[in-house]
Amino acid sequence: MDTKNLTIQDIEQGIEKKEFSYKELFDSHLSLIKKDNPEINSFLSVFENDEKQKTGELTGIPCAIKDNILIDGKRTTAGSKILENYVASYDATVIQRLKKAGAVFLGKTNMDEFAMGSSTENSAFGPTKNPIDPTRVPGGSSGGSCASVASGMSVFALGSDTGGSIRQPASFCGVVGLKPTYGLVSRFGLIALASSLDQIGPITKNVYDSARVLNVIAGHDKNDSTTVKVDVPDYTKSLGQDIKGMKIGMPEQYFGQGLDEEVKKIVVQTVSKLEKLGAKIEEISLPHSEYALAVYYIILPSEVSANLARFDGIRYGYSDKQAANLLDVYMDSRGFGFGDEVKRRIMLGTYALSAGYYDAYYKKAQQVRTLIKQDFEKAFEKVDLIVGPTTPTVAFKFGEKINDPLSMYLSDIYTVAVNLAGLPAISLPCGTISKENIDLPVGFQIIGKHFDEQNIFKLAYCVEKNK
Amino acid sequence: MITEKDVDHIAQLARIKLSEQEKQKFQKELELILQYIDKLNQVETVGVEPTAQATGITNSFRADEVNEPNVKQSQELINQAPERKDNLVKVKNILDNK
Repeated sequence: MDTKNLTIQDIEQGIEKKEFSYKELFDSHLSLIKKDNPEINSFLSVFENDEKQKTGELTGIPCAIKDNILIDGKRTTAGSKILENYVASYDATVIQRLKKAGAVFLGKTNMDEFAMGSSTENSAFGPTKNPIDPTRVPGGSSGGSCASVASGMSVFALGSDTGGSIRQPASFCGVVGLKPTYGLVSRFGLIALASSLDQIGPITKNVYDSARVLNVIAGHDKNDSTTVKVDVPDYTKSLGQDIKGMKIGMPEQYFGQGLDEEVKKIVVQTVSKLEKLGAKIEEISLPHSEYALAVYYIILPSEVSANLARFDGIRYGYSDKQAANLLDVYMDSRGFGFGDEVKRRIMLGTYALSAGYYDAYYKKAQQVRTLIKQDFEKAFEKVDLIVGPTTPTVAFKFGEKINDPLSMYLSDIYTVAVNLAGLPAISLPCGTISKENIDLPVGFQIIGKHFDEQNIFKLAYCVEKNK
Repeated sequence: MITEKDVDHIAQLARIKLSEQEKQKFQKELELILQYIDKLNQVETVGVEPTAQATGITNSFRADEVNEPNVKQSQELINQAPERKDNLVKVKNILDNK
């Protein structure tokens, strides 16, 4: 039985027609993982199905979970040596909701350590390979999750997105990745990276599945006070609606210098198709775009330096047993347990927040963050949605950027501003570019107003149908 | 702008032990990143309010009610500690006994 390309809808039809059982479905995914995972390294741990089948909105759908989201009783490493043997003692809210909806878990997926990275090369447990071209990275940090969906090892996956960590790997792997509005999905049980930016979202084979998974995981949670009390609609309702008259903005800053010419061509072609379908295309400007990455690399490391202070060798995780005194327990456990990128960002944040530098760095960054947010607010007075490329290039090769932190950071240039402004955005495949005889996917990004996922889905579905 | 001595100081504040090799490497890398970040000084921000939270929630209140204690979970959390004594988390001496 070949389950590689099955979507949620395919599975529901297959079950109804008695083409396969839930058990056959799960086992088929498991055997594909056993066959392909040693090469791709998408999963850090794999589960045998020990859950009793529940009936709900996602009955029997096999999914994969990024290894920074807690599942009770399962090892959760966040891609770090410091949590190599950590076993979660409770379920994240998103996991509780998926369990209640009847979804079944295949395993936990690989990621850049503590979600810091854009290629999974920062994982303490080896990189994940891009299933489309194993010489290339899958993107990151949710690279394991995206590779599992792209290779058919899972039907859908959960990832987390702080500066592009769902959308960038979704773009590189040719799958659909949604970063919901800040506050739509609970982060309770997500290992925190930067709390003012982090958001959990679905990674799926198509737009319909994305809406189905969001239906289950969205909504207020008393355990995450940043979640907003909004009515969660049925997101599938907006799929297939006419886009005639919809106003779509193309920011000049997202089509300028640094964007690969071939990527640009495909994204522009996609926009032309939307215009033919009746959408109104407008050129817009987001004048502070060029500062987004600099703002991000102050705010993120600052929050990281505070959030990761909990890894102290005392409460849980790796502890250096040879240390002579308390200070050495901290220094040695963290010195050994953290990888290079994590150390780099903790130190950057510690520096930015240290006495005498706070105003020059952190406060300045928060002020420019306001200007970036206002750019979007002004743009959304004129247009309903903003579109552009997800990333400046297609998936790059292993080793290409790992020794140059800044060039790695630049692969998130079109995604970080969305997190700074708390907006929702999706990446979906819109075409391919042939490199060395392999067709590599190009990601199309659609950015919406706060809590306007419905319009994003409406347009994304249209892009998918007219590819 | 940032010296190896600064890196040493930051690492001490961040409680991360670094090798000499790491100090040299991070000095160069942090310097480059800080140079890039300096472009923020081109932006005029006088009178601009800082943003810490993007969707505009200020306070989020709930009723001050006591939840049923979850003894099993409390126990599991304490069991995660690498060093324990009875039902307590054990730490090393803060001051050296000399």
